[in-house]
Amino acid sequence: MAITVYVPSDTTARALQADRVAEHIARAAASRSVDVRIVRNGSRGLFWLEPLVEVDTPDGRVAFGPVMPGAVDSLVESGLFDGRQDHELALGLTEEIAYLKQQQRLTFSRIGIIDPLSLEDYTSLRGFHGLRAALARDGQSIVDEVKTSGLRGRGGAAFPTGIKWQTVHDEAPGQKYIVCNADEGDSGTFADRLVMECDPYMLIEGMTIAGLAVGADQGYIYLRSEYPLAHTILNNAIARACEAGYLGDNLLGTDKAFHLEVRLGAGAYICGEETSLLESLEGRRGLVRAKPPLPAIEGLFGRPTVVNNVLSFAAVPFILDQGGQAYADYGMGRSRGTLAIQLAGNVKRGGLVELAFGISLLSLMEDFGGGTLSGRPLKAVQVGGPLGAYLPESQWDNPLDYEGFAAFGGVVGHGGVVMFDDTVDMGDQARFAMEFCTVESCGKCTPCRIGAVRGVEVIDRIRAGENADMNLTLLGELCETMVDGSLCAMGGMTPFPVQSVMEHFPDDLTPRHARVAGGIPC
Amino acid sequence: MSTTSSPAAGAWTPALIQEVIDDHKSMPGAMLPTLHALQDRFGHIPDGAVPLIAETLSCTRADVHGVISFYHHFRTRPAGRSVIHVCRAEACQAVGSRQLEAHIKASLKVDYHQTTPDHEFTLEPVYCLGNCACGPSIRINDDVHGRVTPARFDELADELTTTVVEVK
Repeated sequence: MAITVYVPSDTTARALQADRVAEHIARAAASRSVDVRIVRNGSRGLFWLEPLVEVDTPDGRVAFGPVMPGAVDSLVESGLFDGRQDHELALGLTEEIAYLKQQQRLTFSRIGIIDPLSLEDYTSLRGFHGLRAALARDGQSIVDEVKTSGLRGRGGAAFPTGIKWQTVHDEAPGQKYIVCNADEGDSGTFADRLVMECDPYMLIEGMTIAGLAVGADQGYIYLRSEYPLAHTILNNAIARACEAGYLGDNLLGTDKAFHLEVRLGAGAYICGEETSLLESLEGRRGLVRAKPPLPAIEGLFGRPTVVNNVLSFAAVPFILDQGGQAYADYGMGRSRGTLAIQLAGNVKRGGLVELAFGISLLSLMEDFGGGTLSGRPLKAVQVGGPLGAYLPESQWDNPLDYEGFAAFGGVVGHGGVVMFDDTVDMGDQARFAMEFCTVESCGKCTPCRIGAVRGVEVIDRIRAGENADMNLTLLGELCETMVDGSLCAMGGMTPFPVQSVMEHFPDDLTPRHARVAGGIPC
Repeated sequence: MSTTSSPAAGAWTPALIQEVIDDHKSMPGAMLPTLHALQDRFGHIPDGAVPLIAETLSCTRADVHGVISFYHHFRTRPAGRSVIHVCRAEACQAVGSRQLEAHIKASLKVDYHQTTPDHEFTLEPVYCLGNCACGPSIRINDDVHGRVTPARFDELADELTTTVVEVK
């Protein structure tokens, strides 16, 4: 019988030469006349171990990692194909790896285990159970189940998903749309990508359930063009799902219909803002729309539209399959269920950590992350993407939940945690926040379009020692203007990282020449 | 995905452009899919496409130009044989992307949005490739590379510029 060897195929594994690893394994097997079946699974999300090679054994799957192409021969020599654990890269049973074992994977229960495009794999692990349950219920009862779960928008805004669905459900029948926001532009985030590359049918299932709930028969996935692999996989998955009756005019033989199409963005961070995304889908510049009207009432092509993030839709199959209460049993306060935390930046053990809301940032960074990759002391952490504040040590004890973070001006956002060691110049980071906004502002409102440009200039003046005190006051006022006067979160939150640097790392904003004079290089 | 083929750069004619536009014109919100298809086929969006798109999709040339110029992905001039995107976002900054960026600019002797004189490389910034736990990241055509040190970049660039000579 063939030995099954798993070599991950997501973007990160491939970026670390997983394709070559797979080739080397195939070659080694052929030269030894060993019957090996190589499965290109998704990633488990344990990125510091990628490429993470697994071998099926009678006891379960055993892991080896990180396996670089050059290590394959010695692995094979020491009994890789028998699953022997003699090699220095041997990690034991995959499921027993502490980083994985300590997680609560409700949404990411299948990633890395299955071949992403295999419908057989997906259905063997409760795939489409949620859809089957939804097909047996009416729209209102599906919406009610989602409300029970307490699910809130995982894109960052944390708006209750069930309420959004209710609004669209209650609009008069007619053309309605389901739009998936897959424009995952926040630095430090990759959970959407993992869903799409490693378990695409889960997203298809979640969106189809949303369509059944609100009476929409057409969905679009708005995918960023920076994710070419996800694009290929999603298109392939949609074609296979149609072929098998999970999408199309007669869902699983019923008279219910749902059609799905992937649309590619074109490199614009702002298109992750839902109204800008809708403009882009309609074929225009991604200019933000004023709200109201809400997209739930006048959305895509002027029709009622559910716009949710990938992770929100991805949570739905579990909720319909196991019940909203089973999901709500996880979490704390008003943050129910699990959060997909993404450990990134200068981190020793980076990757995906799915846990119930409530774990402290410090515990995440140390117990899971293992501290910095460089081994140097941690200095600052940016949670929630480029619009999130930089958190100093005094704030690392806070538990990760929406209200807890909001209370001190933090942003959970899409769950990205970007760690920096003590070599970081926080003045550079503050400047970059403004610079990013000059590049990515849609230009519709003045505080964002002009404010960001002025922000870069003022920070440059401060750091050059030009009237530093007056310019610091000016920077503070500029930030307030942007926060209060911008049309959307782009201009409204760009000041958050800047203000956090002003408040918590003021030394890094002092004039550069003064710091050189003080003996500190800059 | 496993190959680093250069972006398509087929020769264009008005008739070929019209063909691509006609293939997409019936889609709801046809503009972006049309522009993507044109760029995928010809390597860039030729100026000559603008009036044809405007005519077919019933909008003004200004509308079309406005869309093309809004999105970083679209280019109106041919790119080099390989397009290198360097991630400039925070997670990569935390592991040395600023140094990598400086190295790449110095070794290719171009700045962002520029193409090397031999048309081998076009350099572009990108804000996140979703490989944030294993940065610094770059994308060469459709392949993402992680943990790219300056030395690793030099290797990758060498691989791309080395022509395989078949010895008979």
